[in-house]
Amino acid sequence: MALVGVMRPGHAQIRVLDLEEGIHFYRDVLGLVETGRDTQGRVYFKCWDERDHNSLIIRQADRAGIDFFAFKVLDKATLDKLDADLRAYGLKTERIPAGDLLETGERVRFEIPSGHLIELYADKTCVGNGLDMVNPRPWNANSERGIAPIRFDHGLLYGPNIAAVQKIFTEVLGFFLVERVLTPDGKGNVAIWLSCSHKVHDIAFVEHAEPGKLHHCSFLLESWEEVLRAGDIMSMNKVPIDIGPTRHGITRGCTIYAWDPSGNRFETYMGGYQPYPDYQTLTWTFDELGPGLDYPQRKLHETFLTVVS
Amino acid sequence: MSTFQITIDETGETFPCHAESSVLEGMFKLGRREIPLGCRGGACGVCRIEVLAGDFRKKAMSRAHVDAADEKAGRVLACRIFPMSDLKLKVSGPIKRSLLAPAKDSCTHFFAAQQRGD
Ligand code: FES
Ligand SMILES: [Fe+2]
Repeated sequence: MALVGVMRPGHAQIRVLDLEEGIHFYRDVLGLVETGRDTQGRVYFKCWDERDHNSLIIRQADRAGIDFFAFKVLDKATLDKLDADLRAYGLKTERIPAGDLLETGERVRFEIPSGHLIELYADKTCVGNGLDMVNPRPWNANSERGIAPIRFDHGLLYGPNIAAVQKIFTEVLGFFLVERVLTPDGKGNVAIWLSCSHKVHDIAFVEHAEPGKLHHCSFLLESWEEVLRAGDIMSMNKVPIDIGPTRHGITRGCTIYAWDPSGNRFETYMGGYQPYPDYQTLTWTFDELGPGLDYPQRKLHETFLTVVS
Repeated sequence: MSTFQITIDETGETFPCHAESSVLEGMFKLGRREIPLGCRGGACGVCRIEVLAGDFRKKAMSRAHVDAADEKAGRVLACRIFPMSDLKLKVSGPIKRSLLAPAKDSCTHFFAAQQRGD
């Protein structure tokens, strides 16, 4: 087995200003599957083709944004080893007991220099994707309801000190740098795309003065047609769109960005390419950020670059 | 369904706004200016305004941008308030910049004016 260590984004917890509106949006418009509610009033969702119990959790709060972003690691031994490695690197870690999140095992939580809480965990109950384990059908009713992405794919976070963040992800957690955008003087990075897998990004960061900000959570679709269909569903439901449908130069993803009813940006996307850890990092110069962001229109969209929650 | 008149104090400009539309949507439909559209969900704060007079209905706004005192004083987010009477507004931030910029005379604005019937 080659995919060891940190495997994939596992869950993110998002704050919404109105829980009922949030539930309606994530369940009926985005088309996630609701899998539970806990005593704190949090509501749990997963994408239809995901097998673990939850990947997106929402809670009502007086401000929007993200509480934490978590990765699933291979097993308990990996979790303990990464916890020790993070502490040896000089980061403080905290253990959140199993069951704090529904159907989720013990989590190791730490704050990175961009002001975000990152978590690692090894166990989450497998509830399946509703298809059979023997001679499975290819899809079911949940795959046709709302936008219906197949998985919670990655996140983009805004905050300070992304050079230090990159070091933690590459030197301790085993990620590699897939693409980056240089600062105007070419000496540092303003944005980084990091992978722990075969994906073009599992998490990305943009340098930003205010810590702990959410740019977007991204959900994967299987085709460009499905991205266009997602755009139709957004418009039919008056979901405010930021940019797209278009293609990024960076990562080559084909995408739409829009906001949930509480102003948290999300992405529905497909495509990109499949990098390996030995691939050389692709570099974008600051003056070519326009096509990096929106390849056909070569445009710097101000709201996309500046609006975060 | 009722429509109210919204007046921008700084410019004296008015625009109609439906009771079911946010003040930001109403302002955007004005079409003469590049109104910056942010998250439209009360999270990002780009649509901050101050209501000087009039009644409105509101949805939850992020405390990161509007604290309780602001909210009480009418310093709110245009994307989260809905008119219940004519309103008078003071604009600030990105909205102010765009509203105080000279009106554009492009075909987009022509069609917007046609649609409004003025
Ligand atoms: S547009 Fe973001 S708060 Fe109104
Ligand atoms: Fe993305």
